[in-house]
Amino acid sequence: MPKQTFSVNGERRSVDVPDEMPVLWVVRDVLGLTGTKFGCGAELCGACTVLVEGEAIRTCVAPISSVSGKDVVTIEGLSPDGSHPLQQAWRDLNVPQCGYCQAGQIMNAAALLARSPSPTDAQIDQAQQDNLCRCGTYPRIRAAIRLAAEVERTAARAKGGP
Amino acid sequence: MHLYPSGDVEIVVARSEMGQGVRTGLSAVVADEMEADWSRVRVVQAPGDPAFGNQDTDGSRSVRNHFQRLREAGTTARRMLEQAAADEWGVPVSECVAREHEVHHGATGQTLAYGDLAEAAGRLPVPEDIDLKSPDEFRYIGRPMAGVDNLDITTGRAGFGIDTRLTGMVYAVVARPPVVGGRVRSYESSSALNVPGVLRVVEIPAAPSPPGFTCLGGVAVVAENTWAAMQGRKALEIDWEYGPNGSHDSASYRVALERAVGVPGRVARSEGDFDAARARAARVHSSEYFVPYLAHAPMEPPACVVSLQEDSCEIWAPVQSPQRAREMAAEIVGLPVEKVTCHVTFLGGAFGRKSKPDFVVEAAYVAREVKAPVQLTWSREDDVRHDFYHAISVQRIEAALDDSGLVTGWLHRTAFPSISATFQAGVVQPTDGELELGCVTVPFDVPNLRCEACEAPSHTRIGWIRSVSNIHHSFAIGCFVDELAALAGRDPKEYLLELIGPPRVIDLWEEESNAYGADKSVYPYDTQRLRRVIEVAAGEAGWGRGLPQGHGLGIAAHYSFVTYVAHVAEVSVADGALRVHRVDCAVDCGLAVNPDRVRAQMEGATVFGLSLALHGEITMRDGRVEQGNFNDYPILRIREVPEIRVHIVESDEPPTGVGEPGVPPVAPAVANAVYAATGDRVRDLPIRLG
Ligand code: FES
Ligand code: FES
Repeated sequence: MPKQTFSVNGERRSVDVPDEMPVLWVVRDVLGLTGTKFGCGAELCGACTVLVEGEAIRTCVAPISSVSGKDVVTIEGLSPDGSHPLQQAWRDLNVPQCGYCQAGQIMNAAALLARSPSPTDAQIDQAQQDNLCRCGTYPRIRAAIRLAAEVERTAARAKGGP
Repeated sequence: MHLYPSGDVEIVVARSEMGQGVRTGLSAVVADEMEADWSRVRVVQAPGDPAFGNQDTDGSRSVRNHFQRLREAGTTARRMLEQAAADEWGVPVSECVAREHEVHHGATGQTLAYGDLAEAAGRLPVPEDIDLKSPDEFRYIGRPMAGVDNLDITTGRAGFGIDTRLTGMVYAVVARPPVVGGRVRSYESSSALNVPGVLRVVEIPAAPSPPGFTCLGGVAVVAENTWAAMQGRKALEIDWEYGPNGSHDSASYRVALERAVGVPGRVARSEGDFDAARARAARVHSSEYFVPYLAHAPMEPPACVVSLQEDSCEIWAPVQSPQRAREMAAEIVGLPVEKVTCHVTFLGGAFGRKSKPDFVVEAAYVAREVKAPVQLTWSREDDVRHDFYHAISVQRIEAALDDSGLVTGWLHRTAFPSISATFQAGVVQPTDGELELGCVTVPFDVPNLRCEACEAPSHTRIGWIRSVSNIHHSFAIGCFVDELAALAGRDPKEYLLELIGPPRVIDLWEEESNAYGADKSVYPYDTQRLRRVIEVAAGEAGWGRGLPQGHGLGIAAHYSFVTYVAHVAEVSVADGALRVHRVDCAVDCGLAVNPDRVRAQMEGATVFGLSLALHGEITMRDGRVEQGNFNDYPILRIREVPEIRVHIVESDEPPTGVGEPGVPPVAPAVANAVYAATGDRVRDLPIRLG
């Protein structure tokens, strides 16, 4: 088996697994990072979302070879201490119910905010439409993304940014 | 609870956390009465153990059953701390007051921290005379409390059933008989064993009939990781015997149910004389309603870890009934139950699914054969195809009406396979207990009323799903009332209130407790409270307001789990597309212990109700479930989520549960709104227009 080398949360990792093994199972079962969840295995629910080079991808279908040499960020690496504005907004608005879908929701939203810092409600719905939550936390997810965007904008203004 | 000399408080919660906020809510009750500083409180999850009493987390009863007892526990601790301080200072305890993690002596201004009193207090006898706080002294109860696990959840640290990782652990998946009652005739495992990473193939014995809580049997593939196990499973060649349910077809079964409600069933409730009322009626109206099989589909599919040693066994599982999981696993691994520990992980959604420990039993079988800790994971397809389904149902309601369109007689026939049939042979119609979930408990003031349970043998595993039979009963009754209002030319909300009649207590139970095991003297079924949620929901929704073309408002209300909920939905239909724009939900759950979580549960229940109203349908053919994943068993997506406004009715009645009661009125409110928008009646779920 060829070695696959990539970076996870800033750390270089090498694993001996088949090329086609999905990133999800490498991360969960080989590297032991269990924050990324399995919900459908078929690109239908978003529970397994991580950032690859800043883009939200569904790890349940992405083969490990597709991230070779790339930067992968999982929920464990989004911030060192849970201080990412989305994580904070999620707590401020008490978004989680069971919590299972939330890592995927947050990672997906992180990619959204990175490309559009002031998303409209329609953009939020569009971006999150394939992230399912059986507990029905959707209204709070919307509100938390708006809140996090607002907080980031305020922080940027304070720093004299745009 | 434990208080340490450091001042840290640990509160042990013996109920499973599945998003309803039980770890936060129950702990806050103890901490409040104890006058503990919330920031010093740590919540510890209890393992499955009868020492904690009944731990089954179901029936929306954690808060209802434990509120009083936990208050007493907290107060007892507070009293003992006050006593310890009084002893230390040599003053009467009546002069000592506990406040925010300290005991104060007013006269001398002395204070002692809880931590410094811990040991002395621990040696004191447990006092019997305790005074609970008065509600105006509550610090946490009745206030919105943030979830204690929010940080762990948002950083990916919260451990679910699928997340346990042990050294040397192996991973298993199971191929199960596609039909309930089926079994493995023979299988060939050599190709599976050739898949890289696959370690073992283990046969699991078939379930008895009826299957009960145990697993369905099949063939497990054990591998170095979950993915390899899944690849190995694909390579298995299994010859199945399908058994007696191999010809079950949900479409033709529906026809059988329609026939069943066409003839008299077992009478479960009868008041007055329906037949005489029917004979005298100015008009008779009847309708039939259909609700399909539904699957729970929690976002975390069933998954757990079993680690078997020589003379002990540890389980990590997301279970609503840890004691049952422990007992059933003990039997499989052949150890006395005391040697088995069942750690309760977070439940990644449950909704009743994880009351059934069949997946733990599977892992126990595999652990018996494999000398390593075993994590067993269900795929989504496994979950959708091997659930304990919400029962498929047909109901027929018939009303005898007078000249003014008011109901003089009510006949409700309900036919659906019973949950009991999953556990007991020979059950071929719904039980009284299931009819008490919304059918015989119909709140209407009608002199002649009869409810009948009709024949419906079971062909799969039926289970309980968030609000259980209330789902279909509320749908039929809520829609039928709307039809009657339209026939009478009346406003649906006014008509509904008139049918409920003057405020009164409905008492259908000879015993002290009602259908939900609640003491009926403490939790009477009070139509005044049902009326109030209807008024609140309608008022807040602007019932009767002008609406854009193509929009409509619908209303429905339902009592379940001793909680009262009403929903008003605003929908529009344009070009055959149904959109729900706004939902107002009013809830009376007595004192709202954690109002923010009550709100969250109502939001979640509304979404759950919309999923089943708009999408939910499991069909079976040749005994097999035809759906498999979220593409063909869709649940609500963010784009479809309306504005949801929750209105909590102020109340100082004892608190009641909120996990389930928000579900039942949603589908009929939406169906009635569709009628208001289009003039088309909805009598089948999921709602399909045109
Ligand atoms: S698990 Fe990857 S999208 Fe569902
Ligand atoms: S919080 Fe439970 S699935 Fe989203």
